[in-house]
Amino acid sequence: MVVQDLAQLEGFTTQCMGNGSQQIQDAYTGDLLSDVMGNAPAESVLITIQAHKNTVAVASLAGIRALVICNNRSIPSDMLQAAEDEEIAIFTTAETQFEASCRIAAALGRINAGKA
Amino acid sequence: MQEIPINTITSPNVILELIYRLKVKDVMTTDLVTAGKETTLRQIQYIMREKQVTGLPIVVGKRLIGIVSMDDIIQALDKGYIEEKAQDHMTRNLIVLEDDMPISFAISYFDRFSYHRFPVLNKHKELVGMITSRDITSTLLVEINREIEELEKRTRTTSLSEEMSGEIHTYTIMKNDFENAGYASTEIKKRLKSAGIAPHIIRRAAIASYELEMNLVVHSDGGELIAEYSPQTMQITARDSGPGISDVEAALTPGWSTASEWIRSLGFGAGMGLPNVRSVADDFTIESNRNGTTVVCTIELHPKQEER
Ligand SMILES: Nc1ncnc2c1ncn2[C@@H]1O[C@H](COP(=O)(O)OP(=O)(O)OP(=O)(O)O)[C@@H](O)[C@H]1O
Ligand SMILES: [Mg+2]
Repeated sequence: MVVQDLAQLEGFTTQCMGNGSQQIQDAYTGDLLSDVMGNAPAESVLITIQAHKNTVAVASLAGIRALVICNNRSIPSDMLQAAEDEEIAIFTTAETQFEASCRIAAALGRINAGKA
Repeated sequence: MQEIPINTITSPNVILELIYRLKVKDVMTTDLVTAGKETTLRQIQYIMREKQVTGLPIVVGKRLIGIVSMDDIIQALDKGYIEEKAQDHMTRNLIVLEDDMPISFAISYFDRFSYHRFPVLNKHKELVGMITSRDITSTLLVEINREIEELEKRTRTTSLSEEMSGEIHTYTIMKNDFENAGYASTEIKKRLKSAGIAPHIIRRAAIASYELEMNLVVHSDGGELIAEYSPQTMQITARDSGPGISDVEAALTPGWSTASEWIRSLGFGAGMGLPNVRSVADDFTIESNRNGTTVVCTIELHPKQEER
């Protein structure tokens, strides 16, 4: 799927679209940034509750193309600005990281794939 | 016996690798036009004209029993037996190639024998293709073209990274400056990208520099991040003036962290930073005492044949 397909997922609100036509190959869920840095695959979407600017920096450096911020956390304006500058998409949702991850796994066709 | 027309000891590796890697089966025509042994030479002449071929294998099932060439047809017309059957006049004494032979073999066969084409058999002795020198020429041309493109691409990126060679950038990093955190790493990433370095290498450099940069922000009294570029490697040095790491061994253990509660609430303090740096670096050293910490890590910019 591509970045803008995430906007269609139920309960997801687009905060900024980044580069909507870029491919999303994989996903990673985590709130510890150095864990994300070390383990998140490139060309992926990150599911997290870390709603601050440093998450955008990590995403940009690790090749993550979109962020899904869970639990209704609000996006600070400096984070949004950084995301626009770095062309990282941000979506928000009221769901937990687990629920959002399931939704994205389904969208990626990974639900029954074992390596979810 | 005449060998292939290039020196197999001193020729460029790409070329040698090609003529040994490519097999007869990669080059041959599998779209076969054949005739049976009862077919008359006249019919064969028509088939040759229609299909634009100059030699026709004569088969029984998949078994090759002979070849009728254009020469045989000319002879038949000359001597007046063009209405007779293939089996009576075909060439039976055949030189064949096997589909698993490297094309270097085929090339030397074309030099040794004056035939324009060879039938190709598989290991069950079944006819699977025909090979002409034209087949070899065109496949080689395509393959050489691909190899040269690859080489040109490689020299291009090496020369780009040569151009940044000798560059040193020093970034001052302030304690607790979360506002600008990541700036130095982003700059390093951009520099490598404009030099055409492969994305998975840039990612490693970005991981190393970001973790070191954040450690300066989070744990040190302030310091600097230094990026040095050379044609083959880049070196990232993080240096600060205290307070030092009490137990360096422990600090390198995944999960070990002294980060405070509020630092953790920002997502730092997993104790994964230094282990990440170490795992992406081709060379890694750390020294620390109460006057400061220095971490140096080196990343190869053009590693050979690497897993992503
Ligand atoms: N420049 C430094 N000065 C002083 N202490 C440091 C420095 N760098 C690292 N440390 C110490 O080493 C520990 C481990 O560092 P590491 O980067 O692996 O994890 P972390 O920074 O605590 O968490 P993470 O990097 O996962 O967010 C730190 O908690 C800190 O105690
Ligand atoms: Mg750290």
